[in-house]
Amino acid sequence: MNRINQKLAEDKKLLSIYFTAGYPSLLDTKTIIQDLEKSGVDMIEIGLPFSDPLADGPTIQESSTAALKNGMTTNILFEQLADIRASVNIPLIIMGYFNPMMQYGVDAFCAKCKEIGIDGLIIPDLPVAEYHEHYQATFEKYGLINVFLITPQTSDERIQFIDSVSNGFIYMVSSASVTGSTSGFGNTQETYFNRIANMNLKSPQIVGFGISDNETFTQATKTGKGAIIGSAFIKHLTNNGVETIGDFIKSIR
Amino acid sequence: MSYQVNENGYYGDFGGAYIPEMLYPNVEELRLAYLNIMNEPSFKQEFDQLLKDYVGRPSPLYYAMRLSEKYNTKVYLKREDLNHTGAHKVNNTIGQILVAKKLGKNRIIAETGAGQHGVATATVCALMGIECIVYMGEIDIKRQAPNVARMKMLGAEVRPAKSGSKTLKDATNEAIRDWINNPVDTHYIIGSAIGPHPYPDMVTRFQSIISEEIKWQLREKEGRENPDYVIACIGGGSNAAGTYYHFLDESTVGIIAVEAAGKGVNSGESAATSQLGKEGIIHGCKTLLMQTADGQITEPYSISAGLDYPGVGPLHSHLYKTGRAEFFSVTDDDAMAAGLELSQLEGIIPAIESSHALAIFNDKKFQPDDIVVISLSGRGDKDLNTYIDYFKL
Repeated sequence: MNRINQKLAEDKKLLSIYFTAGYPSLLDTKTIIQDLEKSGVDMIEIGLPFSDPLADGPTIQESSTAALKNGMTTNILFEQLADIRASVNIPLIIMGYFNPMMQYGVDAFCAKCKEIGIDGLIIPDLPVAEYHEHYQATFEKYGLINVFLITPQTSDERIQFIDSVSNGFIYMVSSASVTGSTSGFGNTQETYFNRIANMNLKSPQIVGFGISDNETFTQATKTGKGAIIGSAFIKHLTNNGVETIGDFIKSIR
Repeated sequence: MSYQVNENGYYGDFGGAYIPEMLYPNVEELRLAYLNIMNEPSFKQEFDQLLKDYVGRPSPLYYAMRLSEKYNTKVYLKREDLNHTGAHKVNNTIGQILVAKKLGKNRIIAETGAGQHGVATATVCALMGIECIVYMGEIDIKRQAPNVARMKMLGAEVRPAKSGSKTLKDATNEAIRDWINNPVDTHYIIGSAIGPHPYPDMVTRFQSIISEEIKWQLREKEGRENPDYVIACIGGGSNAAGTYYHFLDESTVGIIAVEAAGKGVNSGESAATSQLGKEGIIHGCKTLLMQTADGQITEPYSISAGLDYPGVGPLHSHLYKTGRAEFFSVTDDDAMAAGLELSQLEGIIPAIESSHALAIFNDKKFQPDDIVVISLSGRGDKDLNTYIDYFKL
């Protein structure tokens, strides 16, 4: 069983953390992953930096630009992760835009992920229909879970389709926004969270975008299976360095 | 071979809609509506009327006598430079503002590089009384001060794109992010034949007025609709798409695309996407684009601010891959010389983008009785400072 599905089966609300590989410095990748696991994080999204991250707000954009300037590449990331499974047990997901994966070769990319022990991928600009038609077989051949996004604007019919194609969880974008832009959740989000909860989807939902502290984490996980924090964690790294990861995680739950 | 977009939004291997889920409802709304809107009689009537009375169409098809003599062939210039706002860009913004109105949108966003599309968008927003926000790279804002001032005077807000390389591709990213953040009330007017389906097709259809007019104008002047060649410069490719459109299936018409070689195709400072690019994804479509081996999009260079885009529209990638169009690349120096030549032979100062197309005569010989139509996509007023610096005028 894929580590993601095992984790989803646990009777707890999951905390997942996104960080951009190669930021703050090129060689931080492994330390950050190990410290996140030690701090009790349930799952990690490793961001493969891209020059043109059009779904991301300023924080993740800037960390991506910095990571690329630091020299991060797809090959270097795979080298850094080569022996990651010797020390880390929680699910690891690579999150990145489609073009770098396409240039590496989708089959080769997936094969490498399997070899390393990556459990899944999140590719915001690979649409579900395109995936279903051209890439699903490849992902499944290598036992990878592909995670799709839904937003408050996604129709019920489309959510049903996304649910049917998903084999792990659904990434529930909290509001109509790029990453890192909202502050706090209001009635709009609560209505949306409840609407999705009432759809009785087969895939658990993990909420992302706009989660930055204990309050938003608690709100997001009232109906959702868990929540993902990205921009707020990157801001913490920018301001406090990699030494105090544990403090940040403790402040969330 | 078909050169029309298929029902999935592809031209052969290129196109599609590689967009984050957050954009899906916006793009899907447009995809389902655009052809119906464009076919409504009331839309057509308003569009045609505005092109005629406001833009000043039809733009002349001018027989360039002295240029023809010099290169011993028959050269016609399609005078898009005489349109209101000085370039072909307005054909598309008129069309899209009418689409936006039909969709009930009350806020317009756009990206711009040199500022021509930004000005054309700000113009139609002023015309319709609709709020307009134009994203422009921070570096371009400094390089293109007169166009920034024009947009402001027209009532638009110009927002600097401060991310990445701070130029056109980043302005496009910022506009896309704005659209993600404002999914209900906003329409995004893309200025070139790029972006997720249906944009390349919609922009191409709005620009296709160029080749539609060439056909009847040529019949009047030469007694036949089809020239031997149609020639256009290509950045993202909107004027080229419009110039080619009604000739794509006419096998006797040679299609020529001229890209910006910058300081030379292999100089490291170039925008010749067909020569330097590989298949990839940029701004929501699969097309040829300039990138590192690792799939990071690189920053192109051309003396012409309207041609330094790292990709080309998916239609053009298809025309390149299938061999339907012949691609040339022209250096800064050759383009500038061609711009000066046209000014002094015909009394027309062209935009530097269009000067690239005019430089074709260095690379290709035509027969004396060939009819060669070149799209003069814009006028050179906006480029005067560049011409002054270059020629020490």
